[in-house]
Amino acid sequence: MTQQASMSTAVPAGPERMSKQELESLNKPTRSGKDVAGGIASLLGIAMIIIYCILPFLWMVISSLRLPSMGLSTDFIPNPVSVENYRIVFNAKNNFVTAIGNSILISTVTTLLTLLFGIVAAYALARLRFKGKALVLAIIIGCSMFPAITILVPLLKMFTGNYSWLPIDWMNQYQAVIIPSLSFGLPLCVWNLTAFFRQLPVELEQAAMVDGCTPITAFRKIILPLAAPGIFTTVILTFIAVWNEYMFAMTFLPGKEKMTAPVSLAGFTGDSAFNIPYGAIMAAGVVVTVPLLAMVLLFQRRIVAGLTAGGVK
Amino acid sequence: MAIAVDNPGAAGRKPRKNALSDGQGALAWLLTAPTLAVILFVVGIPIVLSVIESFYKTSNGIDPVTGMADTGTKFVGLENYLTALTSKSTAVEGVFGSLPRLLNAFVNNMFFTVVCVLIETVLGVAMALIMARAFKGTGLVRAAILVPWAIPTIVSAKLWFVIFQSNGVMNRIIGDQVLWLGDSAASQMAVIMADVWKTAPFIGLLTLAGLQTIPAEVYEAAKVDGATVWQRFVHITLPMVKPALVVAVLFRTLDTMRMFDLPYGLIGPNKYSVETLSMFAYNEAISQRYGAAAAYSILLFLLIVLVAFLFIKFLGADVVGDDESRARSEQRRRLRKLHKQQVNRTKAAQKTITSGESAA
Repeated sequence: MTQQASMSTAVPAGPERMSKQELESLNKPTRSGKDVAGGIASLLGIAMIIIYCILPFLWMVISSLRLPSMGLSTDFIPNPVSVENYRIVFNAKNNFVTAIGNSILISTVTTLLTLLFGIVAAYALARLRFKGKALVLAIIIGCSMFPAITILVPLLKMFTGNYSWLPIDWMNQYQAVIIPSLSFGLPLCVWNLTAFFRQLPVELEQAAMVDGCTPITAFRKIILPLAAPGIFTTVILTFIAVWNEYMFAMTFLPGKEKMTAPVSLAGFTGDSAFNIPYGAIMAAGVVVTVPLLAMVLLFQRRIVAGLTAGGVK
Repeated sequence: MAIAVDNPGAAGRKPRKNALSDGQGALAWLLTAPTLAVILFVVGIPIVLSVIESFYKTSNGIDPVTGMADTGTKFVGLENYLTALTSKSTAVEGVFGSLPRLLNAFVNNMFFTVVCVLIETVLGVAMALIMARAFKGTGLVRAAILVPWAIPTIVSAKLWFVIFQSNGVMNRIIGDQVLWLGDSAASQMAVIMADVWKTAPFIGLLTLAGLQTIPAEVYEAAKVDGATVWQRFVHITLPMVKPALVVAVLFRTLDTMRMFDLPYGLIGPNKYSVETLSMFAYNEAISQRYGAAAAYSILLFLLIVLVAFLFIKFLGADVVGDDESRARSEQRRRLRKLHKQQVNRTKAAQKTITSGESAA
């Protein structure tokens, strides 16, 4: 591969001296037996990775397509194939549709809030020079490292009106999950956007500033439009992170009307404790995951770029 | 002398003003202020409250000594920390023997962290190496690798819950009757397997990104010099992928240390074989024993700070990754060194009367 690449850059120097056939034969990588074996091994490896990653998810899909009474069947093909579990999931009694609506609302609002705060902060961190930048960066990265349980304990006490200086009762109110979710959403957002802003050539703004723009106008007119893909990636990553959040949602929104989808599906119960609706839980899992997978498949390049932006420079 | 040449601006002369980059401090603080304010409110204040809370004890109901009704909150100093660590009365039967519940949770936590991160790193690097070699189907692999990452942890917990049932598909594949979900050592294995499945591909992805920054010429040069595959891996791949890998492993380590959703959803609450510090603290919090819950969560917090510190200090994890900050701290270090040398030189000069300038 690498030889091929360096050849193709070297060849155009003297194309008139060689015929097309000669060029082609030179460009073709010579294949020895070792290469072929290596190729097969790497294909096998690739196949194994794909199977390893997909198979458990596939099992969830298969399990969701059985009859509700056959929840734990180990047949690899559901017999008969049935969508009865999905009917149970969307049965009004389970409130799952409301839960999905709640999840969408909470994830959207949180993502928008993090963007609102995060974009300007990320721009300052990526572009402006100021003392204490390392400290600000350390605080933000530190926020994505500390355990959520540490803030859950006081927040639980605060939101249930246990502090006399804060007479509020936020149990079963959306803000009780949206506000704590900022604690991990905001660092994620700022971090990604900072990495993205850094990749944009600084000369663009400098040129704009030489032409008389203030840093703010340069940001609004030059950087923001160019950063649109990065902002989009950040939106996806933050949305997924908030969508998948479980602990805050389980603690602060236990009521049927305000529950998020992950909490709702984890709480699916059957007629008795010994009658766990495996199929329905799997079907709900598929429903919760499919929107995320659609995003992942559509925007995989961007997502990978966003995920690796923090760690690799 | 040589050092002074390296630092033309260090000798007290003010560097020339840069119209494009100086004097942005006020604007920068203005722009970062909203974010910092939010962080202060949702993280800073709760952490302070948590620390304060951990020194108090909320009595719920009856005083165990006098039998009188007691519902107040009183200051107990470090009692929340000490009783939990030492008291025999809180002992529970985990996989690692009969331990106070907090210690049991701590041991579980460390066990999960070490085992999971170790397996995930090895598997992740292996995946990255395979992906880096492959010329075909990378898009497909990338999509496949993102599947476990995108699935909500609680959904993956429920998914493995079905797989690990005693008459489930895992036992059918291995042809055995293991009680994976029965609060035992097997439950730990189940949690580890589920966690590795979800996050090893993620490490693989980050490592792959690091691998792709290694120029092919380096490998070719090593090949020409006769380096074996193993030598190339140890002396080229690992050192060059280390910065990316260390950061990925650091984040995974901290993530595993605060593990909650997976054991909670897969095995359940109050299962001592898999109870982590987060789960124990959560259990105390919802039982309204806020003082104890706060103390345990603060212990976890300190543990995480310590591990992060060790990673940054000894493995050189560059988490901040900002060139300017790095340059500033290097400059500070240089100036300090220079200053020290000057002090030494003055001292030497004072000692040696004959020569004003000592050989630096």
